[in-house]
Amino acid sequence: MRMPDPDRDVLARRGEIVAALRRIVPGEGVIAEEEELRAYECDGLTAYRQLPMIVVLPETTAQVSEILAWCHGRGVKIVPRGAGTSLSGGALPLADGVTLGLGKFNRILDIDYDNRCIVAQPGVTNLAMTQAVEADGFYYAPDPSSQIACSIGGNVAENSGGVHCLKYGLTTNNLLGIEMVLMDGEVVRLGGRHLDSGGYDLMGIVTGSEGLLGVITEVTVRILPKPATARALLIGFPSSESAGDCVAAIIGAGIIPGGMEMMDRPAIHAAEAFVNAGYPLDAEALLIVELDGPAVEVDELIVQVEAIARENGAESIQTSNSEAERDAFWAGRKAAFPAVGRISPDYYCMDGTIPRHRLADVLKRMGELSEQYGLRVANVFHAGDGNLHPLILYDANVPGELEKTEAFGADILKLCVAVGGVLTGEHGVGVEKRDLMGEMFNETDLAQQQRVKCAFDPTQQLNPGKVFPTLHRCAELGRVHIHAGQTRFPDLPRF
Amino acid sequence: MTQSFAPETAEEVRAIVADALASGTSLEVVGGATRRTLGRPVDAEYVLSSAGLAGVSLYEPDELVLRAGPGTSMEQIRLQTEQHGQMLAFEPPDYGPLLGGGAGQGTLGGIVATNLAGPRRVKAGAARDHFLGFTAVSGRGESFKSGGRVVKNVTGYDLCKLMCGSWGTLGVMTEITVKVLPAPQKTRTVLVRCDDPAAAVRAMTDGLSSPHDVSAAAWVPGDIARLSGASHVAGAGGGVVALRLEGIGVSVSARCASLSADLDGVGDIGELHTHNSLIFWREIRDVAPFAGEAARAVWKISVPPSAAAATLASCRAAMDLEIFMDWGGGLLWIATEDEAAAAGVIRAAAAACGGHAMLVRGGEALRRAPGAFQPEPPGVARLTRNIKQAFDPKGILNPGRMFEGV
Repeated sequence: MRMPDPDRDVLARRGEIVAALRRIVPGEGVIAEEEELRAYECDGLTAYRQLPMIVVLPETTAQVSEILAWCHGRGVKIVPRGAGTSLSGGALPLADGVTLGLGKFNRILDIDYDNRCIVAQPGVTNLAMTQAVEADGFYYAPDPSSQIACSIGGNVAENSGGVHCLKYGLTTNNLLGIEMVLMDGEVVRLGGRHLDSGGYDLMGIVTGSEGLLGVITEVTVRILPKPATARALLIGFPSSESAGDCVAAIIGAGIIPGGMEMMDRPAIHAAEAFVNAGYPLDAEALLIVELDGPAVEVDELIVQVEAIARENGAESIQTSNSEAERDAFWAGRKAAFPAVGRISPDYYCMDGTIPRHRLADVLKRMGELSEQYGLRVANVFHAGDGNLHPLILYDANVPGELEKTEAFGADILKLCVAVGGVLTGEHGVGVEKRDLMGEMFNETDLAQQQRVKCAFDPTQQLNPGKVFPTLHRCAELGRVHIHAGQTRFPDLPRF
Repeated sequence: MTQSFAPETAEEVRAIVADALASGTSLEVVGGATRRTLGRPVDAEYVLSSAGLAGVSLYEPDELVLRAGPGTSMEQIRLQTEQHGQMLAFEPPDYGPLLGGGAGQGTLGGIVATNLAGPRRVKAGAARDHFLGFTAVSGRGESFKSGGRVVKNVTGYDLCKLMCGSWGTLGVMTEITVKVLPAPQKTRTVLVRCDDPAAAVRAMTDGLSSPHDVSAAAWVPGDIARLSGASHVAGAGGGVVALRLEGIGVSVSARCASLSADLDGVGDIGELHTHNSLIFWREIRDVAPFAGEAARAVWKISVPPSAAAATLASCRAAMDLEIFMDWGGGLLWIATEDEAAAAGVIRAAAAACGGHAMLVRGGEALRRAPGAFQPEPPGVARLTRNIKQAFDPKGILNPGRMFEGV
């Protein structure tokens, strides 16, 4: 993975930069010792590592603004970092960059039941948002599986999802407002406690922008009343086709489950061996369907889903009758990643999304690729929304195996795009999928996205080297090319 | 009369925009042309209509996805999705009659470009939340795309969010992909007699905070309630809070009973069944109460619900107005005199609580200044100009539609 060449001039001024940052953030908020910097050398994508030049941990928006303004004027790059749980290398440091950690922004600022929202600093964990309001019967809907560790600011930067997306949306659908600092130090507020924007939806474009447009310093999210009941079904199928048909039939019947997850045989076996959830070991595919809402509704839908499952060839159906049973059904799915970690020295998690009806084709082709590369793969799958998480099992200590794994992963993502899907459903592009962007977008598409980057950060100092395979200068991107006369339609009137 | 172009293919759109760019000609971009009088007046030399780019090219009910040309009529999409028991869940409004035109003329491109939403906004989101992907021609005369056909997608910047609600100032969309969802089998509305706006907001907040899955919450005062086509609303004898419940039959009945019990004590309780619910919520969605008196300005004010009553009070102190609320108090619809003084008061009241006010219907003078959209603070306005520059550097697409120069 090639990153932009470090700026020697900036590296030579490291001491001066450390001193300036210490003036802005006094005490222990500036980290410059190699030993301590080591903790920041990677995020959740541990295959890529780079020691940052400096780490700074501000505590106030004013400090963030001062840091950015100072760095802006001196050509110093900034890599924003939340909890460092990104699975795509979004917070991978730069050798000549300052990693700006938001970990000290860890307070919930307001719980506002009248407007059904929470205002929080970006370093608050996703789970803490729900915990802050659950005693009063509310919750924050998006629940990425890293929710005990990942931060709400990082969720905004990545537009994080979770298992409840199909019914309750991603971060972008649950976000009301943000405060952010632009690279030149200007603080802007977008949205608030009301709905929709009066002008362009700038908050919408910032959501999922992977730290390339600004540093988020405050977040306002909508909270929802907790559904009265939730019950789950655990359904075993003889093939992934029949499980896929069942998913389509459930949605075709007008039912939108709160969660709908699928696991293939290797994932079922790994999970069962790890947590003894009672998963059917003879099944080729397992579906967990969770229905939430008023009790009468859930009870009625459970009956409907059971019938649909039988019509689609289900070989086993278990239905939860208590919270303990429901938790047990989920235990295996939630532990699927560490469970796979037990059966293989390393695993690499992919994140493509496909149109659901292509599932059987994609799994079949993935099986062929698995044989071709000689690497095993286990699949967990957000079945409701088509988001696949193939886990490629490998051993990093075997020379060449990581490279082989990356090539296999790239083939899987290309396959997802080829069937009408996308490279990443919820983990982000980061550095990991940066060089695959051309599979989905042509040069014109990518140039238009980069012009958005230029609108926010014309000097391109925020998180450069992420998302876009080629860095173009903003001046070059801004040029207008007149193409008229080349493909003019003769029958169209002329201006 | 302004000359109009009606291309029928994406490539024709691209050629026209490229030609316009080369010759420095500005274009007014329209779909069904139903909301031309909404927004700042556009001073363009030619009209570019996307009405010819019509038709549903992909509809997969099991995948909850629909793709169509921007000129496809909302009526066609409604009929086609209805056949499969589905809908666009953001409840697209039809402002045709409100703006002095006919009903049922709107297009998919128009609804996406304006990011409008009906009463279900509080539960299901706006057009922005259902917009999955597009192709468009930018003001640079280039065809580009973003998004896809799947719900879960974080590949690159979410340009859909920018295009949605950009009022044709960033690009001319040539294809649009949206999410569809199952339509409810049954609808009921719990009505509570209530004349006081603050008490109404309280009741709506309680309803939306309950686990009864309320899908819409509105308040109409007595003078507007009595005009409703839903007889229980018209005959309520004053103002009513309306809370909508949707879903499968057994669930809706049970929730209706629970919610009615919860609200007992706020005021007399009534109920609308499916047929009358549809009539009532269509009136709210399409701002029907204000469709008649065309001379009055109509404002759409988005506020935190807790600020609704105070916002209303400060407007009422300064002008003669009619009001009703949607979105649980988060949306105030106000009809008042078409004059700058009233506009100033409304804008200030919206800004005071962090919200924004859009002039949905008004005379040309008022739409030009102080303008149809809430002015942005300097930092945000700078980003807005930069974004416009990024997509349409020569300002040839709907110039001035949102703000001067944008």
